[in-house]
Amino acid sequence: MAEHRRSLDRPTDQPTGGRGLLGRRRVLGYLIAAPTLAVGVSWIANESDPRPADAAVPSLPQPVDIFDLGDLQNLAAAPTSGLITVELKTDGTAFFAVPRAEVGQGITTAFAMMVAEELDLPMDKVEIGLADARPELLMNQLTGGSNSMRSMYLPVRTAAAIARQRLVDTAAAHWGVAAGKVTTKAGVLSGPGGRTATYGSLAEAAASATTITVSAELKSPSEFSVLGRPRNRVDGHDIVTGRKQFAMDLQVPGAKPTMVARPPTINGTLKSINNLAALRAMPGISDVVGITHGVAIRGDTFGQCIDAIQKVDATWGPGTVDDESDATVLAKLRAAQLPMAVPPVLSQTIDAEFVFAFASNSPLEPDCAIADVRPDSAEIWSSLKVPIVAQEDIAKQLGLPIDAVKVHVVQGGGSFGRHLFHDVAAEAAEISQKMGKPVKLSWSRTDNFRQGRTHPMSTSRVRVNYLAGNVLSYEQRHTSVQTDFGHGLGEMITAFAADLPVGGNLSFAETIFELTQSSPYNFGVTTQLLNEVPLKFNTGSMRNIYSPNVVCAEELVVDRLAAKMGQDPVRFRRNFLKDKRLLAVLNKAAEVGQWGKAMPKGTAQGVGVHSEYRAAVATLVEIDCRPETVGRPVEGEAVTGPRVTKAVIVVDPGFCINPRGLEAQMIGGLQDAIALALTSSLHIKDGIPLEGSWDNYFYTREWNTPLDVEVVIMPNTSDSPSGAGELAVAPAFAAVACAYARATGTMPTYFPINHGTLGFKPLPVQPSTPQSPTDGLDHTF
Amino acid sequence: MPTHTFKLNGKQISVDAEDNVRLLWVLRDLLGVTGPKYGCALEVCKSCTSHINGKAFNTCSVQVKDIGPTDEVTTIEGLPATVGKDLHPMQEAWLKYDVAQCGYCQPGQIMAAVAKVKQARKEGRDITDADLDELRNICRCGTYSRIREAVKAGAEDMGA
Ligand code: FES
Ligand code: FES
Repeated sequence: MAEHRRSLDRPTDQPTGGRGLLGRRRVLGYLIAAPTLAVGVSWIANESDPRPADAAVPSLPQPVDIFDLGDLQNLAAAPTSGLITVELKTDGTAFFAVPRAEVGQGITTAFAMMVAEELDLPMDKVEIGLADARPELLMNQLTGGSNSMRSMYLPVRTAAAIARQRLVDTAAAHWGVAAGKVTTKAGVLSGPGGRTATYGSLAEAAASATTITVSAELKSPSEFSVLGRPRNRVDGHDIVTGRKQFAMDLQVPGAKPTMVARPPTINGTLKSINNLAALRAMPGISDVVGITHGVAIRGDTFGQCIDAIQKVDATWGPGTVDDESDATVLAKLRAAQLPMAVPPVLSQTIDAEFVFAFASNSPLEPDCAIADVRPDSAEIWSSLKVPIVAQEDIAKQLGLPIDAVKVHVVQGGGSFGRHLFHDVAAEAAEISQKMGKPVKLSWSRTDNFRQGRTHPMSTSRVRVNYLAGNVLSYEQRHTSVQTDFGHGLGEMITAFAADLPVGGNLSFAETIFELTQSSPYNFGVTTQLLNEVPLKFNTGSMRNIYSPNVVCAEELVVDRLAAKMGQDPVRFRRNFLKDKRLLAVLNKAAEVGQWGKAMPKGTAQGVGVHSEYRAAVATLVEIDCRPETVGRPVEGEAVTGPRVTKAVIVVDPGFCINPRGLEAQMIGGLQDAIALALTSSLHIKDGIPLEGSWDNYFYTREWNTPLDVEVVIMPNTSDSPSGAGELAVAPAFAAVACAYARATGTMPTYFPINHGTLGFKPLPVQPSTPQSPTDGLDHTF
Repeated sequence: MPTHTFKLNGKQISVDAEDNVRLLWVLRDLLGVTGPKYGCALEVCKSCTSHINGKAFNTCSVQVKDIGPTDEVTTIEGLPATVGKDLHPMQEAWLKYDVAQCGYCQPGQIMAAVAKVKQARKEGRDITDADLDELRNICRCGTYSRIREAVKAGAEDMGA
């Protein structure tokens, strides 16, 4: 896997083997036998990212330095990338079905840009759809680990370039001129003598009667006119007019609103419904059936389903974590912490332990799936990041052959890891089968918080030994409630286990940890290990999996080390950072954010750095912890607390496809980070989270968001893009925590910092979904 | 089942529904108007925000019987018509600043923003950061920074 070695230091502005930033490269693909021009790509992105070996570094490279999670996904995607197609229609539009989920991260816009660039077609003539589940794509249809851009960048461009080449050849043949005399621009071909033809007019003529292999040249980055330039989202207009359709907005015949009354503890089961007839007789209710985890209610409106939930009288069986609360989970985590290897001898030592509370994966759109299950077939609509696994599992559950189950991927209202799981689609299928009718199932907001996916509670212990200005060892022991990866990544790892640079019998989660975590510092003997406690919470890999917690702990200790050594935090990092790209973003952030400027007492700056997904980010924030800010009044239920007043995020993404989109992802990651550091967590009590609404689970709100946010995108340092969807969370989390420590003089050790005080009155546990208020007209403005 | 009538996006409509059904579901499930989004049905997330007689309100928390025949309900779908254009200046600003990510919260954000600006104008002043801090709409994708820029720009284009 030499080509997968990763070094952020790579002098990437030099062309590699005549290619790279300056050269054009020749790529292969297929013309597919079809009525109009259709191209498929077999060329694999493996070679796209040649990275030379690292220079010798005082700390041995950790596995992620040579091969990371994105590489694994690239490797897994390789054998099937050939099935990705671009089709040209007679109206001159190009259609590309993205085998990925769009959940707000902007990939449809980025793919449209790639196609527009290589095909010389205006953006509005590129149509991007989300592909249904396609079993033949195997793991190439998994959206996660921020790998979409990395694994699809070359195949998609290749398909578009081949389509363009074929159009040129077709026009040249028609006109009897050499292909070299034909040019393309904005969807029109031009030849000698003022001859022109639109792409649409040649779509049929350019079609191939048989499937054949052809080649084309990709543009070199210096020729780009679309890629690398800021573009707004392709679905912006649909969004601002309310036309963008999410699962709940789809009108599938007969699929009536359906909700579920749920048990009082996580994963509790239904034993009996004690008032079935009364429930069925309620206004607007058409069906009531018992299912594994509740009582499913179908009616004319979701409101009437909520009404019926208030009246459900059921007997519940136990859940999977009934005896657990925050304190019991923390005790189990502490008991499972792996020992440190380096004893504190002859040196000075810092020992620290950090605790990170459970956090909710819930996007704003409540989980929703439509299912129409018939005796011998089924159709599902939902936002799914791994639709193939969903299709397989649901077919098994329903007792149907896989090809009898059709799974449509719908645009999602956010994901943050939630849509890696298809439990909601599976439940909709269960209900539809039992009712014998199509259903539009929505989980309620409260269901999402209490029974939905969570980012598991974890602890991070760090020990550093240092002596005479040198750091001798850095050890980190991350201990987490088990993260559920049962959504396809598991199969990916098993299938490619032999190719991974992590040896031995690592568990699946340990493998992920090894592939995503690495310390960016020259801290001598460095070990970062994960241990998991197998508790049956509904967990998942929230935006950026382990990194936010691991990096936050590390950067807090780095600040403390700097203080012990009498160095300023930025200077200390400059001295110990391993790679130049991180150093460059750090320096830029310090410059733009005016590091070290005079700040009033109770306020401070903080900085955090992180590299992952082949990108480097530094974040500098200013925080205000003065009492008048902490206690600022906000009407209604609200958490205020310290306010991050300013943030500077400097990102080196390798190659930046869309600055506008990248900036958006950085801003979004920052808001997540502020929430994780200061305000948002789940409090587990007796087997269920107390949080039941957005006024309990305090994701960042307008009154918490910084007024001044600046994103700086560094000049390209590579010719391949890196992942961006999750990148900003970890360094911003660390920066906020470090700023808080400097402003208050106390290093926080429990996150979020307000977790110790319950800032709301919990909604009752039953009924599982509370009744809606009726006083909306009293609160107009 | 009772019949209810009110003005929806400029048209007088009537709909059969039980009295207590919240307007959000009448709009979405019975009338097929899906711009207002369900985010909580608890009057918290504000993704269902629409206008009643020009003021912002949460459709998830009003029973349909409380809407009178002369009440004018405007959802995101009807917002452009209130200014006689294809897009309301606030929607234009949203596009210009490329605010949306997943987009789920944005219809509610735009409706709340328009009302907030009007509220400030009625008090004879421009929208301030303090006003923006009062907006309770959740954006779980964290687009707040761009929302703030867009509201200020949209306010300017809304005129007096
Ligand atoms: S859905 Fe109405 S406020 Fe959340
Ligand atoms: S854009 Fe996704 S919730 Fe706001």
